[in-house]
Amino acid sequence: MEDSRRDFLKKAGVGSLVGLGVVSAVTVIAEKTSEAGGHAPAATSGTRYGLVIDTRKCIEGCTVCSDVCHEIHNVPDYRLPNGDADLKNEIKWIWKEPHANVFPSKSSQFVSGNLAKKKHMVLCNHCENPPCVRVCPTQATFKRADGIVLMDFHRCIGCRFCMAACPYGSRSFNWKDPRDADNMKVIGKKGGFDREFPTRERGVVEKCNLCAERLAKGLLPACVEKCPEKAMTFGDLNDENSDIRKVLASTNTIQRKSELGTGPSVFYIV
Amino acid sequence: MYDAGKIITGLVIFVAVVTFPIWGSIGGSAEGPQPVVKESGRCIESAAYMRANHMQMLDEWRNSVVRDNERVYTSKTYGTKHDKSLSSTGTSLVSSGEKQSCMSCHSNKKEFCDACHDYASVEPYCWTCHLEPEENI
Repeated sequence: MEDSRRDFLKKAGVGSLVGLGVVSAVTVIAEKTSEAGGHAPAATSGTRYGLVIDTRKCIEGCTVCSDVCHEIHNVPDYRLPNGDADLKNEIKWIWKEPHANVFPSKSSQFVSGNLAKKKHMVLCNHCENPPCVRVCPTQATFKRADGIVLMDFHRCIGCRFCMAACPYGSRSFNWKDPRDADNMKVIGKKGGFDREFPTRERGVVEKCNLCAERLAKGLLPACVEKCPEKAMTFGDLNDENSDIRKVLASTNTIQRKSELGTGPSVFYIV
Repeated sequence: MYDAGKIITGLVIFVAVVTFPIWGSIGGSAEGPQPVVKESGRCIESAAYMRANHMQMLDEWRNSVVRDNERVYTSKTYGTKHDKSLSSTGTSLVSSGEKQSCMSCHSNKKEFCDACHDYASVEPYCWTCHLEPEENI
């Protein structure tokens, strides 16, 4: 049977209406699913390692965690001739920062007690949604399945995009050959290095690796293990029964610059 | 032809000098590198395989360890398990008595690695970050 022009136009009209309906339904569903991302990043399944730092327990002037970290990872300590830290060349994995600099977006008017003068331990936040990973042109920095934001020093070309992207200043660039640093000649044994872990070379960026090499052996991160006050709790943020989730459930905690949507995995009890 | 004697003598001497590299090496050959294997026993794969493929193996290792957190290598030839490590001196992931890294056996970097690498004019940049065994310092 041959269709009249009228029949053909009817069928074509119905067909295009159905098509439009499908397209808009798909868009709505797609928006729904991406909504979970949005401002606060979606929770990942599987492991997501994180830390809680109880700043109330942290002793003023104590540097045990940063000392042990920098020693086992061969982090150079550059000094000016007068003995002060050489801030231009400084390499930092974990270090102390004044309260106002750690939480610049939190209200700092009428800060209670000695909090205004207090310094907190800061390190890489191993973000859920790490900006450093997004900008790295060689994928030298990447997020592991267990949430650790790691550097593959073999691939780093030293472009420092990641340093510009990181809102926490957790990344340092090797302007000099780290093996020439004074402390590399003194630390530990003959030759000065901790021989379990490599050094870096001039021209690469480095940062905290959450002791990935220790976790592989079933050990805790060195800072957590060595803290004399047990001020840090390490664990899987996605495991409801983990120690870290118990701490998070029992006490109010804050994250650094969480409004940026990076989803920091380091939480602070202030 | 003027001064034929001098010219021919000169040519003969010239050709002899220019072709010296060819006739000078007849009957002998240049000595190849002789890397010294310090420890007795076998490597994680056969010596021939390691000689041909150690660079690919190390490249795969560094990617799988850092990026995939797969730190143990199973020998294709012998089925034994080994740490994927070039130079670590830490505890072994496999068993306490195991050698932890390549350099645990081949601690004589100068005689082992460098012997061939220098000869072939290869300059792997492993050692700008990884630490050589202490006996070389």
